[in-house]
Amino acid sequence: MRRASLVVAIAFGASTVAALGLFVVYIAGGQPQVEGALLFVALAGIGTGLMVWATRLMTGIGQVTQSRRHAPPPQEEKEAAAEAMAGGVEEMSRRRLLFRLLLGAAGALGLAAIFPIRSLGRAPGASLFRTEWRTGLRLVDVDGNLVTRDTLEVDSFTTVFPEDAVGSGDSQAVLIRVPSGSLQLPADPLAGAPDGYVAYSKICTHAGCALGLYLAEVHQLRCPCHQSTFDVLNGAQPVYGPAARALPQLPIEIDPDGTMRALGDFTAPVGPSFWELPP
Amino acid sequence: MIVRRWVNGVDERLDGSSFISRNLRKVFPDHWAFMLGEIALYSFLLLVLTGTFLSFFYLASAEPVTYTGPYQPLQGHTVSSAYDSVMRLSFEVRAGLVMRQIHHWAALVFMGAVIAHLIRVFFTGAFRKPREISWLIGIGLFLSGIGAGFTGYSLPDDALSGAGLRIAYSIVLSIPFVGTWVAYLFFGGEFPGPDVLNRLLVLHIFIIPLVIFTILGAHLAVVWHQTHTQFRDSGRTEDTVIGTPVWPKFALKSIGLGLTTFGVIALLGGLFQVNPIWLYGPFVPYSTASPSQPDYYIGWLEGLLRLWPNWEFHVFGHTIGELLLPGLVVPGVVFTILGLWPFLEARVSGDHEWHQFAQHPREAPARSAFGAAGVTFFVVLVVAGGNDVVAKFLGIEVDSFNTVLRWTLVLGPVLSGLITYWICRDLRDRPRHPLSEPPRVAFRRNAAGGFEEIESEPPVAGRATEEPGRT
Repeated sequence: MRRASLVVAIAFGASTVAALGLFVVYIAGGQPQVEGALLFVALAGIGTGLMVWATRLMTGIGQVTQSRRHAPPPQEEKEAAAEAMAGGVEEMSRRRLLFRLLLGAAGALGLAAIFPIRSLGRAPGASLFRTEWRTGLRLVDVDGNLVTRDTLEVDSFTTVFPEDAVGSGDSQAVLIRVPSGSLQLPADPLAGAPDGYVAYSKICTHAGCALGLYLAEVHQLRCPCHQSTFDVLNGAQPVYGPAARALPQLPIEIDPDGTMRALGDFTAPVGPSFWELPP
Repeated sequence: MIVRRWVNGVDERLDGSSFISRNLRKVFPDHWAFMLGEIALYSFLLLVLTGTFLSFFYLASAEPVTYTGPYQPLQGHTVSSAYDSVMRLSFEVRAGLVMRQIHHWAALVFMGAVIAHLIRVFFTGAFRKPREISWLIGIGLFLSGIGAGFTGYSLPDDALSGAGLRIAYSIVLSIPFVGTWVAYLFFGGEFPGPDVLNRLLVLHIFIIPLVIFTILGAHLAVVWHQTHTQFRDSGRTEDTVIGTPVWPKFALKSIGLGLTTFGVIALLGGLFQVNPIWLYGPFVPYSTASPSQPDYYIGWLEGLLRLWPNWEFHVFGHTIGELLLPGLVVPGVVFTILGLWPFLEARVSGDHEWHQFAQHPREAPARSAFGAAGVTFFVVLVVAGGNDVVAKFLGIEVDSFNTVLRWTLVLGPVLSGLITYWICRDLRDRPRHPLSEPPRVAFRRNAAGGFEEIESEPPVAGRATEEPGRT
């Protein structure tokens, strides 16, 4: 008993000192670690004191047995309650026409109340099917500098944008330089991958993360989020992980001065699948 | 005494004397496992307190600004106003960083307490009639907590939370018929939408807390009305409850626990760095933080996305993406089963009686087996959510680790369920719990000089009792 009250006294005392300490620390400019430690002592001091007080010093209050007071209601009470509720509904639904009109009015009002939701955003329309890339737009890097034939070493990559949309979410693409002649693209898009330069959408077709890892020795792009892996040499077909669709390719050409241009938009809608996407 | 005068004053006006004395004398059983729910309650209070402070500094705007604060590596970089405001809160507002970290730690503790509480209630059968409503409210609380956590850690607009938001947007896109519309309406347009931070803020500091306040209040009211279950013990019956009266003993203990919870979370927030957005950097749509893991209570959803096969379906010229099943359908099924569990169990067992006693897990081997299988399922998925980090730590390839995880996800729950069932059944069918004290046997010397056993009842712990019904 004596020891317990000593513990409580020390706990409250320590709490007071810590709280005053917080005051000093705050005036002095603040320091997160010290603030955390002092808050701990200040709060847990009162907390521990109260718990010890209740458990050790309130010995006069013992365990008490009490009736739960909470029991299943008697059958007749249950029936009376159900009857009171159902009776009211029946009273209303007796006037069948009025009741139906009321339901109709409430439904129409509910519908009208939903409409402002439409104001929250614009219609998807065709926006998921196209990006900022147009025929003839030059490729620039994240700082807006023109990308040229000499920008990349073999087996390296960079992020590119259309020259007027740097940082654009849906137009981001990776430009990769692989050894010339190693690409096994189908004949048609190969036209858009000159001299071992090939560009793909940088948005993973699984969950939309930006593809950041290029494994040069196996020529694979890997998504850091869920490890979807795409074969760069073979049209960015998925070879591992949860992605099902290939990365859309951005067909490009190299100008005589070495800068690069898009030959159009991506070969397919970029990013993860959605309902309107045709197979 | 002034307290007496006040109570009398209120009483004269509201006629509340019987209400006050009944509730102040109400008995609460004290078992350590009942603390879990209290810890959740108190961490939520701490979340509201610290969150209010944070909201005075946060700016929900994607407007680009140049960072000029004291954190040198980012000086001169273009960041969003939202990111800038959280950086300012962390480095320039006095006590701002400790408040932010306490807030984040409180969220981690809150969800941990909610999950532990749910597991406790499940394994002890405390959800059985008449407590199914509390169970349903609890599941609602769990879901709201996940929503609160996700919207909260998405607000700083850093590289890590940006990835989470991108994934959430993609999951919404995968919903048949309405996915693109829902995503565009919530984000205001194609990702990253112009209005999303503001909407996340309203969800995080108004709508979800309101929901949590409401259902937490309902949860407490129902518990107060019904009182806790108790374990079967000597001297206990179905229609009595043994414990400590609310005022003052139980209240002081509980408030003490609350303040200690506050203190421990404050210590975590002060000493252990959490969500260091300055290390992640600002969100830019063309880069992803690596490795990127969500907070643990969302980790299982991330794990599902990582382990799920690349199944894509086509119906009538439309596409159902890879994300629909692992991102929405499986979690939906899991939460439906969890929510309906009390009703499913009653249907299967045919037990529609009232229960005021909690059960030991061994008393219901089938339920315990199912629970163990469920816990295993979640744990494997949380590990899978960090598969790249764990694989690196173990020094193995992610791809082969994924194969192991997939098999574990299928076989682990079956195995742990079977083992649990076997252990529980074995324990139930023994006359005594193997860990309890061995029976004491006393001998006495008889007249013939030999020994004989004294037959005696085991002593029952004496308890002061009030006569039943006096409330």
